[in-house]
Amino acid sequence: MKILKYGTYVWVWVGLMILTGITVSVAGMDFGALSISVALIIAGVKSGLVLSYFMHLKYEKELIFKLMIPGILALLLLFIGIVFTDVAFR
Amino acid sequence: MADNMEKHKDVTGSKIGMWLFLLSEILLFGGLFILYSAYRYKFPTDFHLAAGELDRVLGTFNTLILLTSSLTMALSISSMQKGKPRSSSLLLIATIFLGFLFIGNKYFEWAAKMEHGVYPNSPRLLGRPGGEVLFFGLYYAMTGLHGLHVLAGIILLAVMWILIRKERIHRADFMLLENSGLYWHLVDIIWIFLFPLFYLIT
Amino acid sequence: MSSSEAPEENHTGVSFYQEKGRYKGIFAWIFSTDHKRIGLLYFVPVLSFFFTAVVFGFFMRLESIAPGPTIMQPQTYNALFTLHGVIMMFLFVIPSIPVIFGNFFLPIQIGARDMAFPRVNLLSWWIYMAGAILIILSLFTGGGPIDTGWTFYAPYSLRTTVNVPLAVFGVFILGMSSILTGINLVTTTHRLRAPGMTWFRLPLFVWAIYATAWIQILATPVIAITLLLTLVERFVGVGVFDPSKGGDPILYQHLFWIYSHPAVYIMILPAMGVISEIIPVFARKAIFGYKAIAFSSIAIAVVGSFVWGHHMFVSGQSDTASIIFSLLTFLVAVPSAIKVFNWVATLYKGSIEIEPPLLFALTFIFLFSVGGLTGLIQGALAANLHLHDTYWVVGHFHYIIFGGMGFGFFGAMHYWFPKMFGRMYEKKWVFPSWVLLFIGFNTLFFPMLILGWEGMPRRYYDYLPPLQTLHLIATIGSWILIAGMILMFTNLFRGLFSGKKASDNVWSAATLEWQIPSPPPKENFEEIPTVKKGPYDFR
Repeated sequence: MKILKYGTYVWVWVGLMILTGITVSVAGMDFGALSISVALIIAGVKSGLVLSYFMHLKYEKELIFKLMIPGILALLLLFIGIVFTDVAFR
Repeated sequence: MADNMEKHKDVTGSKIGMWLFLLSEILLFGGLFILYSAYRYKFPTDFHLAAGELDRVLGTFNTLILLTSSLTMALSISSMQKGKPRSSSLLLIATIFLGFLFIGNKYFEWAAKMEHGVYPNSPRLLGRPGGEVLFFGLYYAMTGLHGLHVLAGIILLAVMWILIRKERIHRADFMLLENSGLYWHLVDIIWIFLFPLFYLIT
Repeated sequence: MSSSEAPEENHTGVSFYQEKGRYKGIFAWIFSTDHKRIGLLYFVPVLSFFFTAVVFGFFMRLESIAPGPTIMQPQTYNALFTLHGVIMMFLFVIPSIPVIFGNFFLPIQIGARDMAFPRVNLLSWWIYMAGAILIILSLFTGGGPIDTGWTFYAPYSLRTTVNVPLAVFGVFILGMSSILTGINLVTTTHRLRAPGMTWFRLPLFVWAIYATAWIQILATPVIAITLLLTLVERFVGVGVFDPSKGGDPILYQHLFWIYSHPAVYIMILPAMGVISEIIPVFARKAIFGYKAIAFSSIAIAVVGSFVWGHHMFVSGQSDTASIIFSLLTFLVAVPSAIKVFNWVATLYKGSIEIEPPLLFALTFIFLFSVGGLTGLIQGALAANLHLHDTYWVVGHFHYIIFGGMGFGFFGAMHYWFPKMFGRMYEKKWVFPSWVLLFIGFNTLFFPMLILGWEGMPRRYYDYLPPLQTLHLIATIGSWILIAGMILMFTNLFRGLFSGKKASDNVWSAATLEWQIPSPPPKENFEEIPTVKKGPYDFR
């Protein structure tokens, strides 16, 4: 397993702190229907940082690791999307 | 031909197994997220109003706690990798401590809500519009399930701490610690999504 | 296939039955991490539960032989069809082929000594037993046996006073077993293939189990959360499925079927894998379109994950969603059809030997096709309005599940019996039992298609007198079918205890399990083979 510097992890943490600050302050602003997208995008970036660095996905070589997260994301989005074709069109 | 598969451990295989388990956990919560998205679509105003009753400061604080615990967890594994079991052990304790802090906060949050008569099936809650009932139903269900996972994680990490002390986890073989870390990080990621969806939709 | 020649008859090795470990007696089995012993450990409860559920079905048909009460009250009938469903689905059809034949043969077929996680494998078995015991306990405790149908629909399941919590919790526990087994099978396939065993040299049974294992991992958690919410709802009342609190019962159905539809692919894919193993061996010909079948297994798993709403066309679901689901349902039939065409193409100009396994494989193709075609008919929105919740659906799914998976299971038993037990059953009894099975099956289930078309609702204890003739025929069919099963299983059990010793490669097959002794030694291979040929290369 690739050995990272302690500093790398600390910088990721700093990024997570900043992004949390952004998401909290942005919550006060009114983006209308876009609000949830903004919140989810920021959450997505934070998760991406945790996945890539804390969970080392960036440094894993096998194909299965690269495909897992995009795959699960696609699956969940499709599930939610298809349920929406019901809920939103009744 | 030397085939000693049972003699050396397949770290990648073990990691794949752990990740597959994490995928199943993501889908467990995924079901709840599906419900959340459907009901939020149906009751946008009710959700917005009900969310206003949650303590945003406490929620943010908890988020910062969990994110920091992810840092200490990653550092714990990194120390072990670098051959520093004592630092690893201390960082693990820090992670567990932060986990307890999170659970403690959650406890106070829930207790405060329940004291105000806002809990599933409470007469006070049932008097409110359907969307608000559902918001709090999902709030308790999702943060409750998440809290259970944090507790399970704390227990898991405590076991890892013992194994480090017994030197069953060490520089040449810390697969168990790494896999436990993966679990802890996932619990953090789930909260990263829960936080804005419940606390920041005002 | 293997670089070393395995001896045919006179091997002096110790079989996995005789291998001595840390434990003695029964503990040598229930604490064993040997994938072969675990496969057999599953065989016992799985068959027991199958027989139990068959008996429940027998009594259901006995009640239905005439309108009005015949031998029981409505509540008993409701409990019977619920339990028939719960036991069959969760304790037999979903687990059986992966946990028995997948556990036993996947590691051997890829050239490994065991699964990636042998202890987790044992844990899966213990969890399966725990879940089974909880379901059995729910029959005798709380408010008594559940009457909700195996689908536990809200809001009825939230309010009925029978023992929903224990039964539902039991199913939840079973789900954990399934997820762990799935994780084990996927990891094993990725990591433990022997040198030279590339993905496209894997037996198609492995491809099928692999695709199934992914569904087990990804779909099962959704029913886990659904069942947990049902429990929480009953005890605490969060309201997510309760209309009086703003909840939507249709969302229960969405969550339930997001698992339960892929679950039927967990049921059928392994059986299709068995057929893909059997056909080439008994046509003495490489399978037609290996890659097409391999990719079809994946395609079925993927597309099949997005068709769940076809169970909900009349539930109140939007027309938009229904149209999308109907379209996807028609699409998912394509990879299944590809497999059927390829199996038949394999037989064409093959050197065919009608041995017991092939008999069941051919029956699978026929019955599964009937089931699949009836599925398409009810997948059409207009027809579904008329057919939903009628006996047509009951006929359809029994053709697929019993005619498909069931006969696939029978085929797997007859194919791998000599390898697992080192003995052979009497082949001469297979054909008569098959005749009874085939006639009984069609006499039982074909009338259901007509009954449904005529409007007979499913899960109904009573019916109008004009429908009685068809019900009578079906009930008689059930007796013939059961007679066939008694004959078939008696033959197999006799073979188990007093059958002639079987040679190592009774069928002259080319996959790795047939290159090692029958029964296999504990470590499977003396030396891990280096694979140079495909799995159906009979040269």
